[in-house]
Amino acid sequence: MLPNEIYNNLKTEFGDAIIEYNDAQPTDPFILISTDKLFDVCHTLRDNEEFLFDYLMCLSGMDLGDSMGVVYHLYSMTHKHKVVLKVSAPKSDPRVPSVEKIWRTADWHEREAYDLLGIQFEGHHNMIRILCPYDWEGHPLRKDYKVPEFYHGMKVS
Amino acid sequence: MGLLNKLDDPFEGGGIVMGTVEDLLNWGRSKSDWYLHFGLACCAIEFMSMNASHFDFMRFGTIPRTSPRQADFIMITGTVTFKMADRIKILYEQMAEPKYVISVGSCSNCGGPYWEHGYHVLKGIDRIIPVDVYIPGCPPRPEAFHEGMMQLQKKISQQAIFNKRKKLKAELKKNAI
Amino acid sequence: MNDKKILELEYSTHDSDRMRINVGPQHPSTHGVLRLEVEIDGEIVTEVVPHLGYLHRSFEKHCENMTYPQITPYIDRMDYISAMNNEWPYVMALEKMMDIKVPEKVDYIRVIIAELNRIANHQIAVATFGMDAGAFTPFLYFFRDREYILWIFEKLCGARLLYNYFRVGGLSADIYPTFKEECLDVIKKVRKTNAEVMNLLINNKIFLQRTTKIGILPADVAINYACSGPVLRGSGVKYDLRKDETYSIYNKFDFDIPVGKGAAGILGDCWDRNMVRMDEMEQSCKIIEQALAQMPAEGDVKAAIPKKIKLPKGEVYMRAEGPKGDLGFYIVSNGSDKPERVKARGTSFVNLSVIPEISKGYMFADLILILGSIDIVLGEVDR
Repeated sequence: MLPNEIYNNLKTEFGDAIIEYNDAQPTDPFILISTDKLFDVCHTLRDNEEFLFDYLMCLSGMDLGDSMGVVYHLYSMTHKHKVVLKVSAPKSDPRVPSVEKIWRTADWHEREAYDLLGIQFEGHHNMIRILCPYDWEGHPLRKDYKVPEFYHGMKVS
Repeated sequence: MGLLNKLDDPFEGGGIVMGTVEDLLNWGRSKSDWYLHFGLACCAIEFMSMNASHFDFMRFGTIPRTSPRQADFIMITGTVTFKMADRIKILYEQMAEPKYVISVGSCSNCGGPYWEHGYHVLKGIDRIIPVDVYIPGCPPRPEAFHEGMMQLQKKISQQAIFNKRKKLKAELKKNAI
Repeated sequence: MNDKKILELEYSTHDSDRMRINVGPQHPSTHGVLRLEVEIDGEIVTEVVPHLGYLHRSFEKHCENMTYPQITPYIDRMDYISAMNNEWPYVMALEKMMDIKVPEKVDYIRVIIAELNRIANHQIAVATFGMDAGAFTPFLYFFRDREYILWIFEKLCGARLLYNYFRVGGLSADIYPTFKEECLDVIKKVRKTNAEVMNLLINNKIFLQRTTKIGILPADVAINYACSGPVLRGSGVKYDLRKDETYSIYNKFDFDIPVGKGAAGILGDCWDRNMVRMDEMEQSCKIIEQALAQMPAEGDVKAAIPKKIKLPKGEVYMRAEGPKGDLGFYIVSNGSDKPERVKARGTSFVNLSVIPEISKGYMFADLILILGSIDIVLGEVDR
């Protein structure tokens, strides 16, 4: 199925939760979804016969300046089609529902997005840091991150 | 060294050689250094290549030991991050004297390619433990490892080990509570 | 409450009959700086918690501050065992965004060196897997053969391990005059050593008893955990990006995709994954022979590219089949010569997440073998 067909099918099922479809070149086309319906949309995408997106290729967090975004790249092993989903949350309170129960691989990807960007994933069973040390302060990949001077007595820069 | 030059000639005078005990000890120590099995990143792959049959590190008398208590020196091969730096300090303190450190590759010499924006990279292992030999390269060739090892052997064979032990004992006595 | 407090609370709720021990980060067989917190009941493993981040070198932060060509050496250092395969999806993503077509000869050379690097990677994977099981000789045989491949790369681009050879629109240098003969010579040696190791290690009764029927990964679990490469193919799923989503000129070659069949034990065990790697080495030899025969003798190795690499505003996700699996790069560009965000989807990061699932219920010594059969490299896990 082509991305715009997937968008049309999702729009008929979920209506207003599907906000936008963007296929301006040279970008890969993506579908923007509202945060509160994300879990249901992903569940449909995995289990519905015409979609069957059973492989979550990549889950990335983004710092978009005044909001935080999460990008999902999905692939289907049976139908061999792909789709890109995006959600966005305000920077002051970046909370996104977790899709860990749908695709188990999202577990570590979401922990990494929390660690490096500070996005909280609601419903995740173990939301702690994964790459930086457990007592590290701050979220390094944010654009306004200030590198600390010392860590455990060692000079950082 | 005087001891080894006489091996080809037959000994006159009944097979007695003269030398200092310190020379003998240093010869033994430098030619059979056992290292702590410790590989961090890309330099560790060149280290594995060097242990294999083509470059054969074992002909220097080195054997990998898994416990720091049994090791003579540690080779820091690869990037040192802050999470790992705490553990390296503990490992170094667990090693028994006399111990040496070889810093392999530019990441452990000075931070390497990650010196500018690496918020989690320690810019050089010599910020936390004293280093004896630096081997430059990214990653260094196995021949560079050999050169570094020979430098360490030269350093060990020139050490005044008895003086060092006397000084250490005096220091421990002074610092004892 | 901070993360350390959350961890301490978790520990106190566990059964006091069981023992928690630490494997790593300094350990001879964790293949790098990985810490596994293992809870064992006697000798049986009941839970495994991996702790990562001991090699987190802030690759993604560097990408936001460097120009596109300056990022290539950092990408080498992600999967440092097979660096050529790392650079390829990154360079393909840039070429797709800038709409640059590479000359034909470049494609052939890229395929040949990527497949040579795949052989080199699988040699280390099988050698260290054998060492985990206690066999030292295959390690020496495979490293001797790997040296021949590294000498070819050294003559090609000057470096043994971390190459920085791929450029947008081509390569940094052309092949040298005796490249073809040396590649064919290496392939002969690789095939001879593989036949020896099949007899010495893979069909050895002790090795079979140690590696079969452990670490069984069912196919649907593997897909849900997004595993790729030999880990997925060892469970019987015939999925390879070189055939399913053909990129470059892989459609011109005739090769097979080996999958695990449960030939020695149960489908999806450690022996199957290892056997897939041995078979893939043979298939790579076939591809290299065909590519060398079809490669045009004359041709440019650099396409016409602008002096400053500037991507148009947009984003792209590109992936390629590396030796460990599917390696992807998600690049977001804001129109300048430095990227806005680069996310590297590390193969080993995703493959490693399956360890807690497949190692429960086996012996502690089996855990080391299961970890070895997943074939991780910590540069990709931690980035």
